[in-house]
Amino acid sequence: MAALPESQPIDRPKHFVWQMWFSVLMFGFMYLPIFVLGFYSFNDAPNSATWAGFTLRWYSKFFQDDRILNALFDSLKVAFSAVAISAVLGTLMAVGLARYRFPGKRLYQNVTYLPLIIPDIAIAVSTLVFLAAVSIPLSLGTIVAAHVVFCLAYVALIVSTRIGNLNPYLEEAALDLGANPFQAFILVLLPELAPAIISGCLLAFVLSMDDFLIASFTAGGGTNTLPMEIFSRLRTQVKPDMNALSVVLMVASGVVAIVSETIRYRGEQKRIRH
Amino acid sequence: MPSAKSKDKDRTPAWLVRWLEPLVLLFPAGVWLVLLLVLPTLIIFELSFVPGIRPGDLVIPSGLGNYLRIFEPLTLLVIGRSLLFAIGTTVFCLLLGFPVAYWLGVIAPKRWQNLLLLAFVLPLWTSSLLRSYAWISILRPTGVLNSLLASVGLPSLDLLNQMPAVLIGMTYSLLPYMVLILYASLEKLDRRLLEAAADLGATPAQTFWWVTVPQVLPGLAASSLLVFINALGDFVNPELLGGPSSMTAARLIYNKFLGATPDWGMGSAMSTMLIVMVTLSIALLIKYGDRRATDL
Repeated sequence: MAALPESQPIDRPKHFVWQMWFSVLMFGFMYLPIFVLGFYSFNDAPNSATWAGFTLRWYSKFFQDDRILNALFDSLKVAFSAVAISAVLGTLMAVGLARYRFPGKRLYQNVTYLPLIIPDIAIAVSTLVFLAAVSIPLSLGTIVAAHVVFCLAYVALIVSTRIGNLNPYLEEAALDLGANPFQAFILVLLPELAPAIISGCLLAFVLSMDDFLIASFTAGGGTNTLPMEIFSRLRTQVKPDMNALSVVLMVASGVVAIVSETIRYRGEQKRIRH
Repeated sequence: MPSAKSKDKDRTPAWLVRWLEPLVLLFPAGVWLVLLLVLPTLIIFELSFVPGIRPGDLVIPSGLGNYLRIFEPLTLLVIGRSLLFAIGTTVFCLLLGFPVAYWLGVIAPKRWQNLLLLAFVLPLWTSSLLRSYAWISILRPTGVLNSLLASVGLPSLDLLNQMPAVLIGMTYSLLPYMVLILYASLEKLDRRLLEAAADLGATPAQTFWWVTVPQVLPGLAASSLLVFINALGDFVNPELLGGPSSMTAARLIYNKFLGATPDWGMGSAMSTMLIVMVTLSIALLIKYGDRRATDL
C-alpha cells in the first residue's frame, strides 16, 4: 500500500485522501483476527493475551491429534467427492443453459440460484428431513450429496459467466470442420472453459471444507468433518492448539485462494489477447 | 483434420443428438437439485403444518398451529432480533465498505487495484468458525482488546456473549462481500461525469450525492441485499459470539432439530418463514429496485 507511483495521472484525484487512511484501517480490521490467531499459536502461555515466549508445541500437539486429523481427512474426502461431481454436473448444466431454449428454462435457472440465496440452515434442515422421509441412513455419502447442491450452483455460476464472454462461433467452426458434437465439446469448448471450471471448483472446495451447518445435519453417527470437530471443541473450551490449526488452515486456504485468482486472471488475460 | 470428412457416416443421427444432448447436459444436475433441494423444501413446507412432530412420528398436516406459535411474543422477539442483526450488519457494512470500495475502485493506483482487492477479500477464504473463534480471543474478558484497554488505563469492555459481539462478527464476515460488489460497480464509474460536475461548480458533496451515488445505486442495492440475507440466516456468529441472550431464527431452527427438545414441525415453520423473508427481500429489490441490480 505504501508503494505509490511517483507521477500521479492528471485525471485522478490525489492518492492520499481520507478514504485511503480509512481503507488502511479496514485492512487492519480484516487482518486483526488472523494476526491474533497467529500470535496465540506461537505463544507459550495458553489462554493469555500476554507474550510468554515462542513455542511450536501447539503445532506438534495439533499434528499428533488423531481426532482432528481424522476429521480433516473426512472433510477432504467429502470436499473432493462433492467438487468432482459438481465440476461435471455444473459444467454440463451451464453449457446446456447457455445453448438451449426450452419451456420452463426460467424456472430451471431460478432453481439453480436457490442454493446461493436460501440460508444454509434452511437447506440443512430440509435435507435432513428429506433423508429421514425416504429413510436413507446418514453417512459420509449423504454429506457429499448435500454439498453437491451448493457446489454445483457455484461451479455453474462461474462457468456461465465465462460462456457469456466466449466466442460463440468457435464450436460452430469445429462442427463445420467435421468434428462431432462430443469432439467439439471436449476439444474446443472444454479447454476454453477450463480456467472458469477450475476456479469454480476451488471456490466450491473451500466452501465445502468450511461448511458446518449442512454437514452437521447430514452426517451419520461415526462421521465428523473438520468444522464439526472445531465447533464441538469451541463449544466446550478454548484450546490453544486450535490456534495452530487455524494458522495451518489459513495458510492452506490462502494458497488455494491465490492459485484460484491467478488462474482466473490468466484466463481473462488470455481471453483479452484473443 | 483430414480424416474428419470420412467420419461423416458414423455421426450420430441428427434427431438423437437433438434430444440426447440437452438431456445429457441438463438432466443430471436438474435431477440432483430437484431431489436434494426442491423436494426437501416442499417436505419442510408440508411438515410446517404438523404440530409438535418428533423424528419417527406420523406426518399428518393438521393446521396452522406452528405458524400461530411464531406469533408468540418469545418467537417474535427472536425473529425481531434476527432482523435487527441483519439490518445493523447491512448498515455497518455499507458505512465501512463504501469508502474502502471507493478508494480501491476509483482512487487507488490502477495497477494495484486487483491485488489490493484480492488482499482485502483474502480472509473470506478462511474458516468461518475459526474467524469467529479469533473474535472470541479478541473480545473475551481477558482477551486482546481488554489487555490493550488495560495497558492504556481504560476500563475493560464486556462485549463477548452480547449483541455487539455478534454485530462485530457478522460485519467482519460480510464486509468483503460488500466491498467486492461495490468495487465492481464503482470501478465502472464514469469519471467524465464527475469532472463535468466539478467544472459546472458542484461541491464534492454535491457531486457525490447527485452524480456518484445514482450511478452505483444498483451495486449498492445488490450488495446490501446480499449482506442482509446472509446476515439474516447466519448461524455461526450468533451461536459462538452471542451467548444465550442472542437467540436468532437460525439458532432456534437448529435447536428445534438438533437440540435437546426437538420439534420438527415448529422448526419447519420457522425455516419456511426464513425462506419467505429472504424471497420477499429479493422480490422487493426486483420490484422497486433498479433492474440492473439483480443482474449482479
